[in-house]
Amino acid sequence: MIRVVTYLPLAVAAILAVVFFWALSGERDPSRIPSPFIDKPAPVLDLAALDGGPRLTRAGFAGRVSILNVFASWCLPCLVEHPYLMALAKDGKAQIFGLNYKDKPDDAKAWLAKHGNPYARIGVDRQGRAGIEWGVYGVPETFLIGPDGRIRYKVVGPITNDHLKELRRMIADLAK
Amino acid sequence: MRQVSLVPGLALAAALVLGPLMAPPSAALAVQPDEVLADAKLESRARNLSKHLRCLVCQNQSIDDSDAGLARDLRILVRERLKAGDTDEEVLAFLVARYGDFVLLKPPVKPTTWLLWFGPFAVFAVAGLGIWAASRRKAPAAAPAEPLDAAERQKLATLLGRDDGPEPGPPEGRPS
Repeated sequence: MIRVVTYLPLAVAAILAVVFFWALSGERDPSRIPSPFIDKPAPVLDLAALDGGPRLTRAGFAGRVSILNVFASWCLPCLVEHPYLMALAKDGKAQIFGLNYKDKPDDAKAWLAKHGNPYARIGVDRQGRAGIEWGVYGVPETFLIGPDGRIRYKVVGPITNDHLKELRRMIADLAK
Repeated sequence: MRQVSLVPGLALAAALVLGPLMAPPSAALAVQPDEVLADAKLESRARNLSKHLRCLVCQNQSIDDSDAGLARDLRILVRERLKAGDTDEEVLAFLVARYGDFVLLKPPVKPTTWLLWFGPFAVFAVAGLGIWAASRRKAPAAAPAEPLDAAERQKLATLLGRDDGPEPGPPEGRPS
């Protein structure tokens, strides 16, 4: 018994060290909130299109792998991830939709004209209401939606090289 | 040196120390006048709900406290839902469906949070059991001290400044 008690503080310290190591490791970011939508059907979406064309609705996701990217012209991280969206658009394996969040349509159009437009269709969400419907709490956010209309993956914050690899892998998987 | 110059300084110090204490705690600085509902009863329900909802942007503030754009959007949304006749539970369920349990400042009790809710009690229980078990074990009786032999008695007497033979006197400094 004495021996156990002697080593107890060491054991507790070791357990705490493991917990702290896990909590502080780069893999875990407490500001990333897990989406409750993963593997669930995509929420309601019905937005006027930026170019005045057909509205952006969930019906557009049916039958194809889709990406819904929340962006705004005022959002700098959106500019950072923009080349990755252009690359995904060039792949042509998934249709990419844009959700223009709390932006002025003219600003959004100018931004796209300057940097390129990877989107098949863009919905205008000036009040951020569609954003709430999708659990968006910052820009950019990116959803990957399967051909069955279920959300399969979500990127919070700008897409990175690792995300791009994961997106490409999942797009290939979902297209099967 | 004028003595008077001390007085304004003291007054300022008192104001700095007491001022924050006298201000009403967490006054509703974030809630804008245009958000407030005309119906006082609904408004108080909205305020109460807002205090229990996490601002997803600032994360450790409630939407009632936060000036973030999303917090304002959510405050307005809560009021709209209440006006539409939702119960408090329905409003919370609406937000949990979109943002997950994380939106609740008080985590719900369910299997994944059992460790969080009951862990401390378990630690107390284990510690209590340990103390109880330790107290039950009888402390080993102390071995009786061996009496001094003649040479040791002699040495002790010398050290104590006496030289009156090998017979031990009553120990000094001990109450009789």
